[in-house]
Amino acid sequence: MSTNLQLAEAIERYVNGEMTGDELARFEQYRKDNAEVDLKITEHKYFAGLLKQYRERVALEAKLNAIHDEIDVHALVEEMTVHPSGIVRMWRNHHSKISVAASIAMFVVVGAMFFTGYFTNKNQPHYQELRGEIGKLRTEVRDQKRGQNALAVEIRKRPKMTTPSNYKGSGLALSTNGYIVTNAHVVGGRFDSLYVQDASGSSYKAKLVYSEPLYDIAILKIIDKSFSELPALPYNFKRNKSEVGEEVYAIGYSEGDSPVFDKGYVSSINGYLSDSSEYRVSIPLNPGNSGGPLVNAKGSIIGIVSGKQTQVVGASYAKKSGYLYKALRNVPADSLSGKLTLNNKNTLAKLDPVKQYKKLQNYVFMVKVY
Amino acid sequence: MNNNVPTDSEVILGILNNSDAVLKKLYLAYYPMVLQLIINNSGTADDAKDIYQEAIIVLYNKVKGGEFELSSKLKTFIYSVCRRLWLKRLTQMSRYGGDIRDFEQFLPVEDDMEVHADRDIQFHKMESSLGLLGEPCKSIIEDFYIHDRSMQEICEKFGYTNADNAKTQKYKCLQRLKKLFFQQK
Repeated sequence: MSTNLQLAEAIERYVNGEMTGDELARFEQYRKDNAEVDLKITEHKYFAGLLKQYRERVALEAKLNAIHDEIDVHALVEEMTVHPSGIVRMWRNHHSKISVAASIAMFVVVGAMFFTGYFTNKNQPHYQELRGEIGKLRTEVRDQKRGQNALAVEIRKRPKMTTPSNYKGSGLALSTNGYIVTNAHVVGGRFDSLYVQDASGSSYKAKLVYSEPLYDIAILKIIDKSFSELPALPYNFKRNKSEVGEEVYAIGYSEGDSPVFDKGYVSSINGYLSDSSEYRVSIPLNPGNSGGPLVNAKGSIIGIVSGKQTQVVGASYAKKSGYLYKALRNVPADSLSGKLTLNNKNTLAKLDPVKQYKKLQNYVFMVKVY
Repeated sequence: MNNNVPTDSEVILGILNNSDAVLKKLYLAYYPMVLQLIINNSGTADDAKDIYQEAIIVLYNKVKGGEFELSSKLKTFIYSVCRRLWLKRLTQMSRYGGDIRDFEQFLPVEDDMEVHADRDIQFHKMESSLGLLGEPCKSIIEDFYIHDRSMQEICEKFGYTNADNAKTQKYKCLQRLKKLFFQQK
């Protein structure tokens, strides 16, 4: 025991550098010869180092605490606190709850929109297709054109068919032999019969040749025997796109029995909800305009009027004439009973809009759907 | 409140020379910055004190170990260390929401944090070993090794009849402390 104690004491003095001269030399020799002693020295050195570290840290902490006690922490805390505004604080404290609430609200709104058909149907409050109802006109025309007997026969033939609401729209002659373009939505899916009426008031029976709901384009053909070919078409259908700002006008049966002229300009090359198949035009259009032509200053047809924005005054939409060409390519050949080629010649280019309208009005028809 | 901010080299020299005046200057200079960091990131003034003192200990050890090179501003170094320490503390308390509101630029101080973490573990091991040691051993060891008292003083304080008895006692105590220390994990 006492040797151990003496050894420990010697090691401590050696590590602390308190040995000198002969003693140091002797101890170093002893250390070299004795591995166990060497190990003990190393261990003690390590442990003494740790103790020293401990001691330094304790001393430092004591000093730091003393310094710290002199600081007015309370005043500093006030100064250093960033006071967020009420909303930010509320957000910090309740952001998880708010997020959950927002997610649920979002879900409900999207769900409601989905179930009410917001995503699938353009026929919503914001977008109004411009076909007009013609309840009164219906009886008048029937009286004129068909007489009571014919009507009675028709009703007897199809006793279960309830007559749907009657609509009217506009249409434009595609060719001299009686092809007319209008909107698919003017014709709709179910109808009893189709009639077109020209500017002079003559009505002709027509049939639906082709309907392309994707582009909202329908092709009609006059099948009435009293119809005689139209004079050569003075206008052409523009293939390329029109520019924003271009002056345009629309002709359509928005009121009464004669075509109405409305002027404006192309306000965007994309239509409702950025629909690239439409132009947005700044023209105040009304029900009945649907299917009518949108004409540029040179007398070229650049689009077919299709709808308007109900919440913005004067924002209307027209299908680009390019899609008319696309629709025409899709028409099955066997459903055509006569040649259908679009006119390329334009004889209106040098005329002013007044004269253009005079010529054009004879080619714009009122489309009546029963 | 002393607003004199010591220059970085002044601090380094002061630490190497164990200058208490420089230590005080240093402490006062950067405490508000750390306080701001901690209390605006869901900590208290006491947390700020702990973190700041720990950071100063890190700086001390680094300077004393001769490793400190003034490659960055001292302020940035202290801020970075405090930031790391506080993030670690927040994570331990499971209060870390994934973001921290910063007020200064900061550096990655991973290496320093590793060194410090090792030292910290040893410090706490030593602390608890001393706690387990019991009296009078704890006082004898602390008096001799920490408070630098001579064997003569210890002998008188604890009423040993002679210095040899005291030495024997101290030897036994140290052996026990070593045992306790190395037994700990």
